[in-house]
Amino acid sequence: MPDFSIEAVNLTKKYGNFTALSDLNLKLEGTKCVGFLGPNGAGKTTTLKIFTDMVRATSGRALINGLDSHKDKKTALSSCGALIEVPEIYPSLTPREALTMIAEIRGVPASERKSSITKVLEKVKMAEWMGKKVGKFSKGMKQRINIAAALIGDPHVLLLDEPTSGLDPRGMSEVREIIKDLKSESRLIFMSSHILSEVSEICDEVAMIDHGRLLAYGKINDIVSKFSGKDESVIEITVTKDLSTVTLNRIRALDGVSSIRALGPRRIDIKLVGGPSKQEKLLEKLVEMKIGLIVFRPAASALEETYLNMFKESV
Amino acid sequence: MQTFIIFKYAFMDYFRSRRFFILLLITVIIGAILTGVIGYFRPQSVLSSPLSFYSIWWGGTISFIVILSAVFFGGDAISGEFQNKTGYFLIGNPIRRSSIYIGKWVAALVASLIMIGMFFAITAGNAIFYFGYSAIPYQFLESLAFVLLYLVTAMGITFFFSSLFKTNSMSILVTVILFLFVFSIVQTLVANLAGVEPWFIVTYGASIYSNVLQSTYPAHIAAQNSARIDPRAFNSTLYYATIPEGITIMIVYFVFSTIGGLLLFERKELT
Repeated sequence: MPDFSIEAVNLTKKYGNFTALSDLNLKLEGTKCVGFLGPNGAGKTTTLKIFTDMVRATSGRALINGLDSHKDKKTALSSCGALIEVPEIYPSLTPREALTMIAEIRGVPASERKSSITKVLEKVKMAEWMGKKVGKFSKGMKQRINIAAALIGDPHVLLLDEPTSGLDPRGMSEVREIIKDLKSESRLIFMSSHILSEVSEICDEVAMIDHGRLLAYGKINDIVSKFSGKDESVIEITVTKDLSTVTLNRIRALDGVSSIRALGPRRIDIKLVGGPSKQEKLLEKLVEMKIGLIVFRPAASALEETYLNMFKESV
Repeated sequence: MQTFIIFKYAFMDYFRSRRFFILLLITVIIGAILTGVIGYFRPQSVLSSPLSFYSIWWGGTISFIVILSAVFFGGDAISGEFQNKTGYFLIGNPIRRSSIYIGKWVAALVASLIMIGMFFAITAGNAIFYFGYSAIPYQFLESLAFVLLYLVTAMGITFFFSSLFKTNSMSILVTVILFLFVFSIVQTLVANLAGVEPWFIVTYGASIYSNVLQSTYPAHIAAQNSARIDPRAFNSTLYYATIPEGITIMIVYFVFSTIGGLLLFERKELT
């Protein structure tokens, strides 16, 4: 497995008397997508800004692939693409020019720049706009260009701060697909979001933060099991054929299944009592049933329930 | 290298912006008005010699163009990265902040040089029309050199304020007020009321660009005004910076404002 990492070491950020981050310790390694969750003001964006040297840590270190992103910024960020908030681009530049500027900054060789820019613009479905001035673009179009800019130079590490912010539902769905694509290309993605269904759909793991402190970090199922207060998890499955009553009854009778809820003719939520081993067995059984299983993942509703439990007292 | 990248794209942005054409238009309009007025009235005080022509035409106007250029191109150069959020597009990349600062500074300077160049061309064109091809005395070229130094200094100061404030309006307002009012008021008060040479005011140092256009370089002149009322209060001296003084004042302002601006930008946070 490639050795990509993002690490916060005793990261603290204070704004006067307000502590935005308090001794945050978090290490993400490997190639996966990690969701960064927490209520407004929890410290998510501050963390990502420290990693990109937009904000200075009061104390502690932010490391990307082992390099300090403040002291050794140029090297640390050379393998990291970032999208923080909703950046604006010099309005008189075209996407091609703006991305060429980023490509030049990131040291993409001149011979590869054109193809690299075309590739990322095609990825965000903005290739046909590459010659128009950015100043005339909508917020959603600009955000697509920003995502393209984060992908220039094919970075191994991606820091995304609410990447679907400002996009219409179709745009949000397309960006999710892009991120899923990127995940399959062996990258380490750290993504903050308020949209729990999005995190459930895209991410493998979640880190939860509140009042600048890390509350939990781990696989979504483990977090849901640990913080739901019960040894229970909710799994969403999607199949290729309509689920008959007989099939639903067979699923209901499987070991550990406490209830099922139909989300559509081919999608259901399964409430399961037991930890990861029970989930593994459930997956095996469902495959054996030959029902055309194509999706097996923690349900968004379970993560949402856990989130609400964890942050119910947060302001 | 990264400084050059930022310069290239920042200049492209300036060159295509509305403000560039507005300032170019203002420069051309000023030149056209002067051409029209002097061409129509042919005042003897202006046309008596090439030096008096440059002194009034160039010496009386160029500082306005320098200040406008510095404000138009430098006023929001750094604060705009924060207020307009363009900083989020740039700063998260593997680039030093000093490269962004210097690149933008050079871009603003080059854009301003185009304005100065345009006014220089209009001035020289008129001078040739009235006095022939030999009408470009070395004092005019000396004055141009001091104007360029003044532009560099004014740009340094403007960038300092642009780094200091987070909003464009505040940085532009402070720079305009400072250059158009505060410096000249303080200079007048210090010289006339306190009787002290205002060596610490940048506009005093910069005035060497017009001093060199006098037929004899002016020295400090002690003047006694209205002594009948109160001899002590009305004794005043007209101070003129010497060329070395003027150059030193501008360089000191440039160095301190640039170092200050860079340090502020390095420490500034995108919050």
